[in-house]
Amino acid sequence: MTPIKIKAAESPNYLTEDRGIISWLITKDHKRIALLYVFSITGFFFIGGLFALLMRLELLTPATDLVQPETYNKLFTMHGITMVWFFLIPSIPNTLGNFLIPMMIGAKDLAFPKLNLASWYVFMLGGMVTLYSMIRGGVDSGWTFYVPFSSLYSTTYVVGAATGIFISGFSSIMTGLNFIATIHRMRAPGLTWFRLPLFIWSHYATSVILVLATPVLAVTLLMVGVERIFQVGIFTPALGGDPVLFQHMFWFYSHPAVYIMILPAMAVVSEIVAAYTRKAVFGYTFVAMASVSIAVIGFLVWGHHMFVAGESIYSAMTFSILSYFVAVPSAIKVFNWSATIYKGSVSWDTPMLYAIGFIGLFTIGGMTGLFLAALGIDVHVTDTYFVIAHFHYIMVGGSVMAYLGGVHYWWPKISGKMYPEGLARISAMTVFLGFNLTFFPQFVLGYLGMPRRYAAYPPEFQMLNVLSTAGASILGVGYVLPLIYLIWSWRYGKPAPANPWRATGLEWQTPSPPPKHNFEETPEVARPAYDYEGMKEELGLV
Amino acid sequence: MNSMQLLPESASVFASQLDLFFWVMVVLCGAVATGIAAFVIYSAVRYHRVRENELPPQNQGDLRLEAAWTITPLIIFIGMFGWGAKLYFDIERAPNDALDVWVIGKQWMWKVQYADGQREINSLHVPVGQAVKLTMTSQDVIHSFFIPAFRIKQDVLPGRYTEIWFRATKPGQYHLFCAEYCGTKHSGMIGWVYAMEPAEYRNWQQQGAAEGSLASTGEKLFHQFGCANCHHFDDQGQCPNLRNLYGRTVLLASGDTVIADAPYIRESVLEPKAKVVAGFEPLMPTFQGMLTEEQIIALIAYIRSLGPPAGGETPASSGSAPRTGTKGIGAAGSTSINETVPGKK
Repeated sequence: MTPIKIKAAESPNYLTEDRGIISWLITKDHKRIALLYVFSITGFFFIGGLFALLMRLELLTPATDLVQPETYNKLFTMHGITMVWFFLIPSIPNTLGNFLIPMMIGAKDLAFPKLNLASWYVFMLGGMVTLYSMIRGGVDSGWTFYVPFSSLYSTTYVVGAATGIFISGFSSIMTGLNFIATIHRMRAPGLTWFRLPLFIWSHYATSVILVLATPVLAVTLLMVGVERIFQVGIFTPALGGDPVLFQHMFWFYSHPAVYIMILPAMAVVSEIVAAYTRKAVFGYTFVAMASVSIAVIGFLVWGHHMFVAGESIYSAMTFSILSYFVAVPSAIKVFNWSATIYKGSVSWDTPMLYAIGFIGLFTIGGMTGLFLAALGIDVHVTDTYFVIAHFHYIMVGGSVMAYLGGVHYWWPKISGKMYPEGLARISAMTVFLGFNLTFFPQFVLGYLGMPRRYAAYPPEFQMLNVLSTAGASILGVGYVLPLIYLIWSWRYGKPAPANPWRATGLEWQTPSPPPKHNFEETPEVARPAYDYEGMKEELGLV
Repeated sequence: MNSMQLLPESASVFASQLDLFFWVMVVLCGAVATGIAAFVIYSAVRYHRVRENELPPQNQGDLRLEAAWTITPLIIFIGMFGWGAKLYFDIERAPNDALDVWVIGKQWMWKVQYADGQREINSLHVPVGQAVKLTMTSQDVIHSFFIPAFRIKQDVLPGRYTEIWFRATKPGQYHLFCAEYCGTKHSGMIGWVYAMEPAEYRNWQQQGAAEGSLASTGEKLFHQFGCANCHHFDDQGQCPNLRNLYGRTVLLASGDTVIADAPYIRESVLEPKAKVVAGFEPLMPTFQGMLTEEQIIALIAYIRSLGPPAGGETPASSGSAPRTGTKGIGAAGSTSINETVPGKK
């Protein structure tokens, strides 16, 4: 690899400019805040993973022998809460998004640097409140908080856990607002909307969802709290409420929340596919508009979580057809990524392995979504392991793979060091294999009829559960490896050049790691994104 | 029981219809996914980077391709939607001749009541070949009634009735699961469904009906709770006549109409003022908290037994002639079966 030469950074970078723990805790630098988020969500990821590990161990045998049902119910609840709100929602936007959005648009920082820092503090406060409820005794309502169980029947720390989520929601809103303002107002001269990297389009769409959907979650959780504490009848029929109303409100947030998790993953995959094929993403405009339409249509499909919950046949039909509509832009993206790889100059470096893995797993996740959107099939497979497998293909096979791919791709920029390529490829393949072994058997279990959230199950389901647990152990190894070698490379890795991958983005036209204010001088942009042809001399390509 | 099973048993009419759709989807989606994977892997191998400074030919996109892979999936998706919706319609609408069974969910058991008076916990006996309609409610949190071998599932909610139906095709013993998380022993809220040959089912029926039919239990309650004091059967009471009411259209004081079905009767018992029958004063007290779900079901069965005869759910024809008579004596004299039958007050 002969990286192109950009003036080596003799001057201090964002990591060395200020020193000491205090300088990190009061930093307004989006790059440092991104790293604060990386540390926090990595912690939450492994906590959530530990809950998953215990669940998988319990499910090795049909009977409840490792933990009692009470404990099992808390484990899946806390796994869901931790992973959804304290890992997946902030995962890509608050780490890679935070780090890269200003750099990709040639800005010095986000529009509101102090708000950005505040969002991390609010996130941590929320996280600590929820974590405290878990340590105090846990919560067993399911991450979905279905009433009236959560409001009147559960004897666990529902209010505490919900309060933490409520608080962390404000962090989502702050981040969303900040991104929207930044993308509108801080683009470098010449960087028009249709010259933006697709990463920015997807994050823009994500931010709109963060701002519009999160308040509904806040209101919903607040009402659960009010009903639980003051016995005000909002959702519980015995008090005069309606439990289905809760589900409408909850999914009005939580379905778009799926797009909060997957759109940034798509953002990362678009960048990786372009960089590792050295081609502009095929059908740029369609991929960009697909992000926008996913964000818009994504708000209109929440009722597909409720086909057997007691909604009318006609609303079920409406939500079913709209769910098919939202699948179209996802399909468009998959086709365009595939077409980009065709006749590209395809590198097999780790980020590309993750991106190809993403395309495969996201396709399976998306296609099983077509099964679930089909009203008749949903009747049988909803609330079974089929659904569990489906959304893990999207959120773990999709979002987590993309997150890891993105972390590797931008690692030289973030840390200033190269990661060990061979080891990284091995762990990417470990993740892929482990993932499929964990979750593919769950599709079969679901169609067989094994309900989700079961601490004990009939013996004929055992073999598939054993396979799943075996896969989870492999997956666990695949997740621990990068943690180790990335930390190692932070100190011992080869110093990274400014643009090790010969990529086109503005973030690569500044030293690695970047200086505190990203660019020595504000860049001017005169070409579309991924213009390899136009930049070939600069990048040394022939 | 063997420890490795890959395909679920298929034991209802709906199950075989659903399986057909499911496997068509598996083949179709499997083919497309395999195609995409093959294309991506082929491209990644065939166009693997050989020179470090390689610049591949650029291609910005192709409008015709974009149109093709936007419109083709859309058309296929609409087809999937249609097939799925057709099946859903079938399973959401029970045939008129269905056998009525009542189900009450509570933490953590299923209570089943048959019209003939049998009661069971965590088991359901049904005849093969006969449509069975379950009308379900919960005493506490949300549950979900799930029989994988029949491919049916329906949430069971507190405060209202939900329905599901099936027609078993194969005698056997099948799992019954609660599919909506309902608390500590959620995974213990399970049972068995026994699908039996009709003759065998009749035998089973005769063993259990010691207490008399559900309707006769309801009749006792009807007197015990004083319903009979106001609801006379001769249109002379202060309250609507309940004979020949079930399944018919009722005109309300608000001007709306409602079908006198189980949910309506349940609501009228618990919240009498919610839907007052036209021509009556809202005199009836609430029975909220005084009747269990089982008792309400028995009362409904009783009211149903008062007619019209089973299968007589022919919708009242020609609109709804408003009965504006005083004190509900309106249509007295003519036939007591009016277009609009007084339901309750």
